[in-house]
Parts: sequence; C-alpha cells; structure tokens
Amino acid sequence: MTINQISIFLENKFGRLNEILSILSKENIRVLTATVADTSDYGILRLITSNQHKVIQLLKEHGVSANLNSVLAVSVDSSMEKFAETIELFTRAGISIEYMYSFSFSGKTILILRTNNIDAANDVIRRYNLDNLSETELNNL
Amino acid sequence: MTEKYWEEEIETMSRPDLEKLQLERLKNTVKQAMNSPFYKKLFAEKGLSPDSINSLDDIKKFPFTTKEDLRSNYPFGFAAVPMEKVVRLHSSSGTTGNPTVVLHTQKDLDTWANQVARCMYMVGVRNTDVFQNTSGYGMFTGGLGYQYGAERLGCLTVPAAAGNSKRQIKFIRDFGTTVLHTIPSYATRLAEVIQEEGLDPRKDTKLRIMCVGAEPHSEEQRKRIEELLGLKAYNCFGMSEMNGPGVAFECQEQNGLHIWEDLVLVEIINPETLEPVKEGEVGEMVLTTLCREAMPLIRYRTRDLTSILPGQCPCGRTHRRISRIKGRSDDMMIVKGVNIFPIQIERILMNFKELGMNYLITIDTIGNNDEMLVEVELGDLHTDDYTKLQALTKEITRQLKDEILLTPKVKLVEKGTLPVSEGKAVRVKDLRKNH
Repeated sequence: MTINQISIFLENKFGRLNEILSILSKENIRVLTATVADTSDYGILRLITSNQHKVIQLLKEHGVSANLNSVLAVSVDSSMEKFAETIELFTRAGISIEYMYSFSFSGKTILILRTNNIDAANDVIRRYNLDNLSETELNNL
Repeated sequence: MTEKYWEEEIETMSRPDLEKLQLERLKNTVKQAMNSPFYKKLFAEKGLSPDSINSLDDIKKFPFTTKEDLRSNYPFGFAAVPMEKVVRLHSSSGTTGNPTVVLHTQKDLDTWANQVARCMYMVGVRNTDVFQNTSGYGMFTGGLGYQYGAERLGCLTVPAAAGNSKRQIKFIRDFGTTVLHTIPSYATRLAEVIQEEGLDPRKDTKLRIMCVGAEPHSEEQRKRIEELLGLKAYNCFGMSEMNGPGVAFECQEQNGLHIWEDLVLVEIINPETLEPVKEGEVGEMVLTTLCREAMPLIRYRTRDLTSILPGQCPCGRTHRRISRIKGRSDDMMIVKGVNIFPIQIERILMNFKELGMNYLITIDTIGNNDEMLVEVELGDLHTDDYTKLQALTKEITRQLKDEILLTPKVKLVEKGTLPVSEGKAVRVKDLRKNH
C-alpha cells in the first residue's frame, strides 16, 4: 500500500521555505518527515504530515504549486545490514529507486521510497512480507 | 436591431456607401479638429483644411499624430469643443512623462456606448444576459466603457471591478452571470480559483461568453481560456485614444476583428518608411476618428501591429477585419540582431499545459552579449520528478529557439510570483544599457 506525499515546487529564493511553512504552522498538523532537494533554480519540498488533505488545501488556497503523489513507507530494523537487504530485494526484482529518504524511530528506520514501478514494488513487499506502513500506522508512531 | 445585428444597416452597408459615409465624416472631422489649439496651428502651417479632402486617399496629405503629441499638449491642447461641453476625461497610465488624456462630450459617450453594445450584440450578448465586468473602473476605459455599452444593450450589469476572485465567483454564481469581461491573464486566474473552490465552471456557473481585451493574446491562450471555463471567448481591441474597448471586435466566426469603419478610418503603414503596406501585409495601424467631437484625432499612430484580412466575412458584415494584434511597433525587441515580439514567445508557452499564464522576458547584457531570460510560472505541479521538470525546461527552450532563432535561458517560477502592474501583466524588462 502507498501513502500520500505532498510535493511543493520552490524557487531558490531566500526565505521561501520559511514562507511556505508559515502557511501551515498555525494549523495543528504533525510533521512526520520532510526533505528538500534542489537544483540551481528550484527545489522540491517533499512533505508527509498527519493531515495531507488539509495541507494541500491550504497550499492551494495560497496559490502554491503543489501536488499529492504516492510513495511507499517501509519499516526496517535500524541496521545497515537490514537496509542493504531490503534495497537488494527491489533491485533483484528489476525495480529502480527514483529517490528515497528516511527517519529513525525507536530502533526502526522508516524508508520512504519512490520507485519506477509501484505495482512491482508492492509485489516485492507482499512476497517478502516487508513491514509496509499505512498512513494511519505512520501517524500512530 | 435584428436577430443578428445591432445596427444592420450600418454593419452590412455596401462598401461604396460606407466609403461615401467615411468621406463625409472625414471632412467634418478635419473641420472639427481645426477648433483645437494643436490642429489649428498644425493645419495652418501645412495649409490644410477640409477642402484638402476630396477622396479618402487625401488623408495621406495630413501629418501623423503621435502619443508624444498627446503628451506634449497635456492636458487640454487637443480639445476641439469649449470645455463646458466636455463631460468626461479618461487618461492612460503615464509610465514615462505625462499621461495622455482623452476628452468626451455627451454625444461622444453615447456613440461609444452604442459601439460597445454593437460589439457585444455581435458575439451573441442579449438583454437577457447578466454581464459582469472584472475591469478596473476609474481612468481605465475597460471599466466604464463596458459598463455603458452593456447597459445600452440592456444587460443586467454587475460592475464587480478588478480583483478578489472569490468575490467574483460568488457574484457569478449568485447573480447567474452569463457574460464576463476580463483581461486574458485574469481569465486563467479566475479559472484556477474556481477549480480550487471545487467547482466545475460548466455545471456550477451559467457563464457562456467572455470578452477578452486590453492585452494582446494569442489564439492558443484563447483556446485555453475556452477550455478551462467552458465558454466562448472573443477578442476585443481598444485603446483609450480611440475611446477604449470596442474599436474592433471579433464576430462569432472568431476569425479576425471587425473594425468599425463608420467610426474610424484605418490605414496600415510600414512603421519605418511610413508608407502604406500592401493589402494583407502586417504593419502599424493608423486610425482617424470619424465621429468624435471633443477630441478628433487625425492619423493617430497606434503602434499596434496588425494586418487587414482579405475577403469578406461569412457573418455578412462589410466592415473589414484586422488580425489579432501581433505586437507593438514599440515593443519589438532586437536581440543579437533578431527582431522578436513578446507574442511569439507567448504562443509557444501557451502550448504547454504544465505552465501557467504569466511570463516575463528579461534582456540584459552579460559580458558583451545580449542574453534573454524567459521566466514562466508553473501551473499546478504536474510531477514531483526533477528529470521531468528539467525535460520540460529543455523542451520549452528548444521550441523557443525554433521560433525566435536564439536560445533563451528558461526558468520555471512559482505561480503568482511574476509582476503585475495596474492589473496588466508586465511582459518585458530590457535592462540593456543602450535601450
């Protein structure tokens, strides 16, 4: 199963990330994880929160270019060995990882993965019985 | 008024009759113009009078009038009636030097209201329609010009004025607005907000016609507006010096704008040689008012580039059609020796569904070279994949290069971040030292 990730287009302008976050800061929303990557002209802020639909609505109201998309959340034991093993399962199935970020939580590492083939990735998760988190499970961590 | 025409007799008048009417009105206009300090002096110097006009071609004996003339005779140097007969003044933005002022008698305003009503009737607006005007009111002619025109036609008019999209949408829904007037850059903004409110313009509004004017825009932009809002959009040409909206307007064929030749005399000239271009060729439009009392203008150089479309329009109107405005003779950019008009760039950008409507062209000297930067607003984010965003930038660059023959730097920017001035989008910034 997949979870909703919000991607926000950000120009490389001083203070812009701050402005975007201040739109959201007054709401009672929990940030689960966030990452910003950049090129020379712009970046993309990727955000997973406790209320993705509220966040996207607020962003649209403020005219921010953003969209909702699907990523996988997989929980593994926080060891390099487990991390390597998990990625290898995807590689052996011929699946590319387009990008990934992670956060750790009481001995577990939660990998947020975007692959080039979501159906095949789900097959791998089922076949090897990986710990695939739903939005609710992620929220209850 | 007939089923199809507001003024059938005038709109479908035979060419010889129309030209006879023009000749008579041209003589009167020259006579009227001589009452103004500016033309009185000018015509005396050149030995010109109404007797100089024996055919329409004799207009060529008269010198051109330019925006500079209007500015240097600010504010009342063109008044051709005693000031007590003047009832309204409109003024265009004076970004450099004095603004230009246009004066109207009550009769001028009546003629103009009728002219706008004629245009709106032509695209199918009737007295049963609810017309909402999103133009700024005040000095900008798109406000009051449309207001009086729509009232003359008999519409229920909603003078919403500019801005506050949520309020505009509330009016559209509460009052059952069927006809809108907007500038092109605002049309898409409105469509976006309608979408954000979770509404479908086709189901949740009664909109059916949009009059789009004040900024030159491309066919591609029209199609997007029609698609987004589920209505028919018609292109309107106007300029405050020639009253304002309604100088030329598309009919339901959407193929060229009928210019009302009972009200203006049209010439198309080469802006460099000042000679008339061959029929059908692009040049600068030069207009002479034919009915104005307070402020007749003789051979006014509009700076707008267009051409006369050959042949007769299937709609039956005999007034000739001009093409969409192709740019302004004064906004042609010369970059690395290439002549470029902003509208060429716009046409390419509008083909990309991923992009919004606003763009800004900046030209600057980097080292010894002129460089062009095209910033364009992204629409809703269509992807969260960098490679796709980079591929988009690359494809825009490639298509622009094919069109303008030099390679601009293309930069995607966030929605709503490019500058807007007095409700009109700023399209070009030339930072080069010698410009």
